Amino acid sequence: MPADCLVKITDVNFAYDDRSILKGINMEIPRGKLVAIMGNSGCGKTTLLRLIGGQLKPTSGELLVDGQSVPRMTHDELYAMRRRMGMLFQFGALFTDISVYDNVAYLMREHTDLPEELIRDMVLMKLNAVGLRGAHHLMPAELSGGMARRVALARAIALDPMLIMYDEPFAGLDPISMGVIGQLIRKLNDALGATTLLVTHDVQEALLIVDYVYFVSDGQIVAQGTPDEIRASSDPFVHQFVFGEADGPVHFHYPAVPFEQELMREVAGA
Amino acid sequence: MLKGTFCAVLELIRAAGHRMNNALQTLGFATRFFFQILLYSGQSFRRFHLTIREIYFCGFQSLLIIVVSGLFIGMVLGMQGYETLQRYGSSEALGVLVALSLTRELGPVVSALLFASRAGSSITAEIGLMKATEQLTAMDMMAVNPIARVVAPRFWGGVISMPLLAALFSAVGVFGGYLIGVVLIGVDEGAFWSQMQGGVDFRFDIWNGIVKSFVFGTAVSVIAVFEGYDAVPTAEGVSGSIKRTVVYSALAILALDLVLTSFMFRGV
Amino acid sequence: MSRKLLDLWVGFFVAVGFAAVLFLALRVGNLSSANFAETYQLTAKFDNIGGLKVRGPVKSAGVVVGRVVDIRFDPQSYEALVVMMIDSRYQFPKDTFASILTAGLLGEQYIGLDAGGDEKMLKPGDVFAKTQSAVVLEKLISQFMFNKASETPENK
Repeated sequence: MPADCLVKITDVNFAYDDRSILKGINMEIPRGKLVAIMGNSGCGKTTLLRLIGGQLKPTSGELLVDGQSVPRMTHDELYAMRRRMGMLFQFGALFTDISVYDNVAYLMREHTDLPEELIRDMVLMKLNAVGLRGAHHLMPAELSGGMARRVALARAIALDPMLIMYDEPFAGLDPISMGVIGQLIRKLNDALGATTLLVTHDVQEALLIVDYVYFVSDGQIVAQGTPDEIRASSDPFVHQFVFGEADGPVHFHYPAVPFEQELMREVAGA
Repeated sequence: MLKGTFCAVLELIRAAGHRMNNALQTLGFATRFFFQILLYSGQSFRRFHLTIREIYFCGFQSLLIIVVSGLFIGMVLGMQGYETLQRYGSSEALGVLVALSLTRELGPVVSALLFASRAGSSITAEIGLMKATEQLTAMDMMAVNPIARVVAPRFWGGVISMPLLAALFSAVGVFGGYLIGVVLIGVDEGAFWSQMQGGVDFRFDIWNGIVKSFVFGTAVSVIAVFEGYDAVPTAEGVSGSIKRTVVYSALAILALDLVLTSFMFRGV
Repeated sequence: MSRKLLDLWVGFFVAVGFAAVLFLALRVGNLSSANFAETYQLTAKFDNIGGLKVRGPVKSAGVVVGRVVDIRFDPQSYEALVVMMIDSRYQFPKDTFASILTAGLLGEQYIGLDAGGDEKMLKPGDVFAKTQSAVVLEKLISQFMFNKASETPENK
């Protein structure tokens, strides 16, 4: 088992009811690297994160995290594994009934027996890293979207995880906040020596900070490479995605009967 | 035309079968869920402050409505009871009438119905909203079992609060009956209390009432937590779950009341 | 909400709840006239138990001294067998009368014990020697009418 590969996904398929969501996914996430998974909405990116986190089981294929097979873990092993992972959800998913301080302190109180003074130092450290130490007494309802996202980030790194996963961290943010979050993701990855998985469709921000990119479309990996390779790519899908073109491999029109035919049908039919 | 009606009937049967299938699946899931709650209840008691918080929100905050309703029902019982009893010259049995009606039936049942609509719906709303905003998923991903941490304390909070509320309802109701019967109408005070004490047996009436309220509390709490946990994570989904909590709780309470009453008061 | 305040209000709530239970038990019910005392069993046979029910009281001189725990039918003697538990504090002579009486005009029926004069007391498991069955209204009426009918010719 190559020790430099934290996450290794081999030939993973995932289907829900009858719909196939992921087909033949092969990925290798090296340790210490920041990897982005990009694709348009509904292509299965979030499903991938859920598979890695063990919330879903693949219908076939192998998924190894730190050498251990996630789908085959028992409940206790899964929970032990999850303690070494941090996840940032799309809208923060902060616990709304407790303060910012308590949100970040949550994991420390749940999983460790550290005394309150030590927890206090750690919480303030994490909040300082995201620039919100002064807001520790506020409630989540009082935070703006960007601030809430940053607090969720602080919470995700609370126990210095080895793998951090971000689900659409840039969604719905203003340019300044986006830049801030992007910088934080990069800095934290390097400072903690962690491995980061970034699921997003924000191409420009992502390409600035990541080491490697996987492109997913319709449940399959259609392209991969370093940011430079991606920018220089001639693949039509990558091109459409990176430059935001309206039509290309991802069609503009929802599949339908040809327009003239539909119009004629309305005139002729009753 | 015959074929048309035949198809329509088949369609109806298929739809009914589908709904029955869904209902059975939900019932099975709910039962498994109930056992999971019991399994993961350790934390609710080891970290008792979690449960205390829930007892505060379901029990303490329901005090006002329970006490006021109990008082009103006791007073109405006093009035109606007197009106009927005095026709047979037995107005001194008012105390027994009020006390038995309350401790055996009205106390457990009405307070359970009120509890379901006040506390049950808020439990469902809380859990449903946590599910809709992905807080439960976040917890799961952080290796914190959401059933142990969020669901079980609320369940036990409800189970502990319910009998206390029912007892309070009955006690306040008796007092209400006393207010109307003795203070307002003028039934003899001594007869009121002594006949009551002679007619109400602790083990038979009061204890059975407590057992009933305990059973109702369990049923309402399970339904409330389950509907919240099973809610569709959208606004309509959560509101649908709340509606189901109140309706199913009410039906469950009344059905269980029938079953329990037939067991407990057989042949009396 | 600070934890201390929360605990305070919950403690208050639980205390009030328990107080209600206590109130119901002692003031509304009859827990104080406890059924938890030591008891011993006595049996009595009746021709007719009338409306006597299980849980009915057993009184002597009007004071409750025990409870009826079981009512059975004896297929050999075609009599009713009533089993009762009497408070151990009270002993009754062997020739005590056990009768089925009615509390008030339309009240519930109970067993009344009329103490006799025997020196020997009833032991646990004993059977009452002397019993009086319940008064059945129809028999009373027919008896009255029979008396009336037998009276009239004599008073002519």
